[in-house]
Amino acid sequence: MATLLEIDNLQTHFFTSAGVVKAVDGVSYTVDEGETVAVVGESGCGKSVTAMSILRLIPWPPGRIVGGAIHFDGQDILKLDEQGIRDIRGKDIGMIFQEPMTSLNPVLTIGLQLTETLKAHTDISDADANARAIELLGMVGISEPERRLGQYPHHLSGGMRQRVVIAMALSCDPKLIIADEPTTALDVTIQAQILELMKDLTKRLGVAMIVITHNLGVVARYADRVNVMYAGRIIESGSARDIYYNPKHPYTLALLKSVPRMDQVRQAKLDPVDGQPPDLAMLDGGCAFRPRCRFATDQCARAYPPLEPVSDSQSVSCWERDNLEEKAS
Amino acid sequence: MTAPDGAVRDDAQFRGKPTDQVLVEVKDLKMFFPVTEGVFIQTEVATVKAVNGVSFQIKKGETLGLVGESGCGKTTTGRCILQLEKATSGEINYQGTDLTRLDSQELIEFRKKIQIIFQDPFSSLNPRMTIGEIISEPMKVHGIIPDATERRARVLELLTKCGLKTNFAERYPHEMSGGQRQRVGIARALALNPEFIICDEAVSALDVSIQAQVINLLEDLRDEFGLTYLFISHDLSVVRHICHRVAVMYLGNMVELADCDELYDNPMHPYTRALLEAVPIPDPDLEHDRAHKVVKGEIPSPMNPPGGCVFHPRCELAVANCSKNVPEFREVRPGHWVACTEV
Repeated sequence: MATLLEIDNLQTHFFTSAGVVKAVDGVSYTVDEGETVAVVGESGCGKSVTAMSILRLIPWPPGRIVGGAIHFDGQDILKLDEQGIRDIRGKDIGMIFQEPMTSLNPVLTIGLQLTETLKAHTDISDADANARAIELLGMVGISEPERRLGQYPHHLSGGMRQRVVIAMALSCDPKLIIADEPTTALDVTIQAQILELMKDLTKRLGVAMIVITHNLGVVARYADRVNVMYAGRIIESGSARDIYYNPKHPYTLALLKSVPRMDQVRQAKLDPVDGQPPDLAMLDGGCAFRPRCRFATDQCARAYPPLEPVSDSQSVSCWERDNLEEKAS
Repeated sequence: MTAPDGAVRDDAQFRGKPTDQVLVEVKDLKMFFPVTEGVFIQTEVATVKAVNGVSFQIKKGETLGLVGESGCGKTTTGRCILQLEKATSGEINYQGTDLTRLDSQELIEFRKKIQIIFQDPFSSLNPRMTIGEIISEPMKVHGIIPDATERRARVLELLTKCGLKTNFAERYPHEMSGGQRQRVGIARALALNPEFIICDEAVSALDVSIQAQVINLLEDLRDEFGLTYLFISHDLSVVRHICHRVAVMYLGNMVELADCDELYDNPMHPYTRALLEAVPIPDPDLEHDRAHKVVKGEIPSPMNPPGGCVFHPRCELAVANCSKNVPEFREVRPGHWVACTEV
């Protein structure tokens, strides 16, 4: 498959009164056509800021993309003018946000919001736009789509609203969808419905997807490839099987050991890492995970470990990567 | 309907083994909220049946999980036990005393024994009080440890117990992370040496690695002080890890109650099955092989719940009778209770 999106050494910093917050500090990854890539990590690790950077939605002040390059479908996103990036947002790249109540406008009807994207990007008549909107609502499993066009977001449940957001993201036949915690605000049975719908639609329409989540179960179910982020950098990337069955970074290992398993009888107490994530304004030159890491050596304080391949599919950013297995046992 | 009593699982990893003594007994609890219309003359137009006849027992030292989706009544059940809501009907027996019949004066004694840990560590701590003041407040209110110096020593002891540094006593909530705040909430709940703690989504707002730390803390405290927990959560993985028995609620009704492993390994109620099927498991090969049957439809409004069995419009086993008769909550195996006629 051809590469659709290539992020190369992206740096997005926020210039605050407390200092420069390096929310994204040298992130590189690629997304192939039709592929689902997951970005996993805890609050404040920079996973959402990376996604916002792709669409150049970082608010200035205080945030700014200070380095790196983003290539999407042959275009250098960071070099586009304002009109150029507006042509991509909502058309070639669709977006699904976490909270469907805040990503829909409460005073506009569902129909108006759905057709707005269509009319902004294509020369479509009102009647055709309405017909397309009805088709889209049917596609995402909303009953009585004609009637829904005249309704407002507060008429719909959380799950229904998220379906509308998905319909909006799909409206202009995008090549890529960025889904930022798409099901975190939903109940489990509704989460399962929405995830199955997204998986089914992206497969059927051949759309690539970046799923940003903290839920390791969701990643295991849907992702072809996984990037694990910590303190503004990718610390490990690989296929889903690499990450779950053969984690090479102490943080990935700790994350997996922190999640209780629903399908197994309790084996032992959880074994989480101590401490908490670092303040991103206070990072030094060494590995950011070092203060919480049980394998840290002097080398870890001296320099940040590069993200280097350990196999065809897997890369790790850890000085102790070769000794991890031995030390962990 | 009789209150089911439970045999509890006994395995080596569960220290702080539950005893046979019943600590809390909830009998046919109902909590209806009126829906009113009108500004000056309020008329009642409907009722929300948040909890509609729920019964269970919790043994001393036991952790009972209460799971279900938004609006199923799990939080309202917890608030009724604490007497934060005045139940519409039903009994809440705490060591034989019916809390619903006590006046506010008589309740004070019980308030010391029953504490709650809330979900949101941001809104449950007063931003204008220091952590030390927050933790000593309940001791002041109840007049235990009247001496300020001794109270201060107790605050420091509680902070240490909950894995916080003692210098946090002088800080304010906004200076702390979510995980640290949740530890403060736990320290405050422990201040009065309670017997019974209701954990209402106590770890749901936390990141995975911090969540695991707090789960371990709750388990350590349970073992050390012989605490009894009602663990209210929508996270089925965490519930399997921490609980001895689990009750599943749907639209104000209890649909299934069993020992933890029994419920997860042999779920009987179609809703419990759908719920377990919906949870993704962090294991790619296993996920690849799972069927991923998705339950259809959405949770109906509790203002206008379906007649008969509340789950029947979404149920794949539903027969004609399910829309007419309310299924009895019956014991199908020792300790395994189900509200379904078709299992």
